[in-house]
Amino acid sequence: MDEVALLGVGMHPWGKWGRNFVEYGLHAAHGALRDAGVAWRDIGFVSGAITVRCGYPGYVAGSTFARALGFNGTQVASSYAACASGTTALSVARGQLLSGACDVALVVGADTTPKGFLAPGDGERPDDMDWLRFRMVGATNPVYFGLAARRRMELYGATQEDFAAVKAKNSRHGSLNSNARYTREFSVEEVLHSPIVSDPLRLLDICTTSDGGAALVVSTMDFARRLGIREPVRVAGISLVTPTYPDTVLDLPYLATDSAVSSEVPAVSFKESIALHVYREAGIGPEDIDFAEVYDLSSALELDWYEQLGFCGAGEAESFLHSGATEVGGLLPVNPSGGLGAFGEAVPAQAIAQVCEIFWQLSGRAGKRQVQGAQAAVAVNQGLFGHGSAVLLRR
Amino acid sequence: MNNSQSEKERIAAVPGLFTIDDPPHLIGGRMRSSGAYCFPKDLGGSDPSVSIDQVEEVLLSRKGIIWSYTNSVYSPPPPFVVREPYESITVAAVELEAERMIILGQVAPGWGVDDLEIGMAVELCLGILYEDENREYLTWQWRPITTSEMEATSG
Repeated sequence: MDEVALLGVGMHPWGKWGRNFVEYGLHAAHGALRDAGVAWRDIGFVSGAITVRCGYPGYVAGSTFARALGFNGTQVASSYAACASGTTALSVARGQLLSGACDVALVVGADTTPKGFLAPGDGERPDDMDWLRFRMVGATNPVYFGLAARRRMELYGATQEDFAAVKAKNSRHGSLNSNARYTREFSVEEVLHSPIVSDPLRLLDICTTSDGGAALVVSTMDFARRLGIREPVRVAGISLVTPTYPDTVLDLPYLATDSAVSSEVPAVSFKESIALHVYREAGIGPEDIDFAEVYDLSSALELDWYEQLGFCGAGEAESFLHSGATEVGGLLPVNPSGGLGAFGEAVPAQAIAQVCEIFWQLSGRAGKRQVQGAQAAVAVNQGLFGHGSAVLLRR
Repeated sequence: MNNSQSEKERIAAVPGLFTIDDPPHLIGGRMRSSGAYCFPKDLGGSDPSVSIDQVEEVLLSRKGIIWSYTNSVYSPPPPFVVREPYESITVAAVELEAERMIILGQVAPGWGVDDLEIGMAVELCLGILYEDENREYLTWQWRPITTSEMEATSG
């Protein structure tokens, strides 16, 4: 796959600020433009990641952010794919760059998130699976996280202590990140004393919902060279794959898996296929990855990702964690930013924030949480209703 | 007083997902060409080789094995309708052998996570999701059964 250059990134700190999402997006966009040394008037394309929680301006995020920056006739697009929205917006920008439609593009995502569980919009929609799972079962997102965590305990003997150790590790990373919402270190004991939300998961195992904004300036390799940047951080692969039928792992928002009666079950699971595609695009494998940002919606899901990304074998994630490998300073740090455990989820900004962290790390600008000598890293997540999402960057 | 309660009309909270017969069944779809199943019938299939108009209505197996389980200690947000005082909902994902699929549902009242195990046999029953003066609105639930009950009748 042809590569594009990542020239600069910007972020509005995560929190529960309660202000207009446009303010966060604008702050992040200005930061990214400044970081890249590119003027707003030179941006040929704005790719907005949509928020569905902030009314119409959120549905047309691309033009909303463009207007906030000042309408100047630039081209815009807006993308929604739940947690994969940011990666989708980046992919749209990459397509514009590689097709020659523009030289340099701005990718922006921001959200203002209400307190409490994420939930469907108002209205009676019995033909909407997301509505049905809430109405008929009361199956919140943490219910699905709990099912997955229990499954991991059954299959591999994982314990609540293992899950708590993931949270404790990510909180140590987050304590070194001024953009994180939670900068306090949590001990394993504190996690184990927090109340159960969806057994076996506790309050501190589950990511919260946050406000935040993140932005990227991406360009063609030629444009980067014209700026005098000979070795830019490059987007080497993007994965937006869907599952392959039959998907036999129950995942949100579904009430049932596919039936495996008539078709052979794919050799790799959906989440494994997300990773395989991004490795294929980049032409490298897990052995070439120096660190990763993974979607720790729950602490237990982070352990699954170690295996789905090929960092260790099935059932080995707990020992991989306890070896210290995934701590900054270890063999293969995971979530050096602090991950969702330290940020909380700002849906359309989150995948972009993962890329911001990788940029800072690969540029040697991550301060006390710096992964030394990193050359290649992968960010992975998954959007509701079968949106795979991964980005591989290298320098 | 109890009589007036038991005389309430019992209806499905959302029609078309299960029967209110004794015993009840989930209403699924089966692809005429492939024989594969889906649930709910009209929101099921992602099989690329099957078109949606090939889906016929079938009653799914009433018994299965717990694949995983959890609970919701805090009350879920709307469109869930909370019955006060809220009591923790237990939820199980259940594997149906014949259909080779997993179906999510609440676990019948009185069963908590400490009472459940992966691999435990369960059968379908109906429970009250919420009620008003005249009606009880029902949903499907899973209720643990003994191994001999599991073997007694299939489907």
